[in-house]
Amino acid sequence: MSSGEIFIVVLVTAIIMVVAALIIGKLLAPKSTNAQKGEPYECGIPTRGTSWMQFKIGYYLFAILFLMFDVETVLLFPWATIMKSLGAMGLVSVSFFLFVLVLGLAYAWKKGALEWK
Amino acid sequence: MLTFSEIISTIHEGLTDALPGWLATTIEYVIIGAALLGLYCVLALILILLERKICARFQCRIGPNRVGPWGLLQSVADMVKILLKEIISIKNTDNILFKTALFLAIAGSFCTFGALQFGDGLACIDFNVGVFYILAISSLGVVGILLAGWSSNNKYTLIGAMRSGAQLISYELSAGLSLMTMVLLSGSLSISDIIAGQGGMNAEGGYNTWYIFQAPTAIIAFIIYLIAGHAETNRGPFDLPEAESELTAGYHTEYSGIQFGFFYLAEYLNMFIIAGIAATVFLGGWQPLQINAGWASGFNELMGQIPSWIWFMGKTFALVLLSLWVRWTFPRLRIDQLLKLEWKILMPISILNLLIMAVWVII
Repeated sequence: MSSGEIFIVVLVTAIIMVVAALIIGKLLAPKSTNAQKGEPYECGIPTRGTSWMQFKIGYYLFAILFLMFDVETVLLFPWATIMKSLGAMGLVSVSFFLFVLVLGLAYAWKKGALEWK
Repeated sequence: MLTFSEIISTIHEGLTDALPGWLATTIEYVIIGAALLGLYCVLALILILLERKICARFQCRIGPNRVGPWGLLQSVADMVKILLKEIISIKNTDNILFKTALFLAIAGSFCTFGALQFGDGLACIDFNVGVFYILAISSLGVVGILLAGWSSNNKYTLIGAMRSGAQLISYELSAGLSLMTMVLLSGSLSISDIIAGQGGMNAEGGYNTWYIFQAPTAIIAFIIYLIAGHAETNRGPFDLPEAESELTAGYHTEYSGIQFGFFYLAEYLNMFIIAGIAATVFLGGWQPLQINAGWASGFNELMGQIPSWIWFMGKTFALVLLSLWVRWTFPRLRIDQLLKLEWKILMPISILNLLIMAVWVII
């Protein structure tokens, strides 16, 4: 059995578990409705305005930074795997790559993108 | 003594002899799924009870002690009770996304769980890119959390989900970089190879020790991974996404009954998974503790006698206890402190540590 097949088995098991438990919950649990029950929770008072409100732009900045670093982390994984056979030359090339990466971080830091204002 | 690989191959041969090929394969799949599922649920029950007991002791209480001896059956009772609770449907939720979030949270945690190796020969998913697979599949959880918060039609869940997203993606970088530091040492992404490199004999006739002892800077990577991993499980002091005094329950405020139970399950198992990965990559997985010295041969012999699954579970539960201790000791961070800790402290240190390790490996 290959790992790919087992992965699919595991994934299907997870889905079956959720579906089965939801069905059991539906069958066993009591059901009652009234007008207030469907209201979104807001400290007990009626909901005011829309729930899909504005949120801080700061989250977006961190998402962009994450994207930049995460993609470059992915590029570093193959290097890390064969580092031993590459030797000093591999290290020098990757140091240059990491230097550019750190430069990006330093720029964001200097610009104040890492501050939460 | 029977080893797990012998038991597994006996079952495999017995099934293929007695039944036609396709049926035997199907039965094996069912056995794998059922075994993993059973372990997953039992571990969840144990972890929930453990946390409640330990938290109570930290707060000078006794904790659950009514159901069963010493309250041992408390989490079983809780599980039955949560199944009997009504699933409330909220007005104006995005129902498809609301349900999808559940599946993503559980699938992310369960598929990562399957990649752990619980003992010698007890491996389910063993890709040759194992570490990469773990990082990739465990980030499904954050998609689930974002969807849950977005689709719930509630202000608290939206704020909780946004905070959680910012936190999880930030700390994923440090976690990835510190695992990569260990990949440098092992030269392979496969979990089996990583474990094999931390035990048995090496070419010079000595014992291979755990990776944390193999390089001087490995301890830094280990500590960074523990911090980042702890933050990724959304638990205190990093529990802003569900800060109960500000956001009621964060992204899962509107989930009721068994739906809430799934988020709860995934959260506890993620704690175990993070501890399990740390134990595998840094502390040798199921490999016993061996000391590389002439006088220690008796000790090494003795340690080798302890079954492999006890080693794995022991290390993992030790790390779980550490994470519980941290959770119930430190006060909650603010979001600016949280992001500062990651981007200004952990990130630069992990990049530097990666370079130092690369130099160390070459020398």
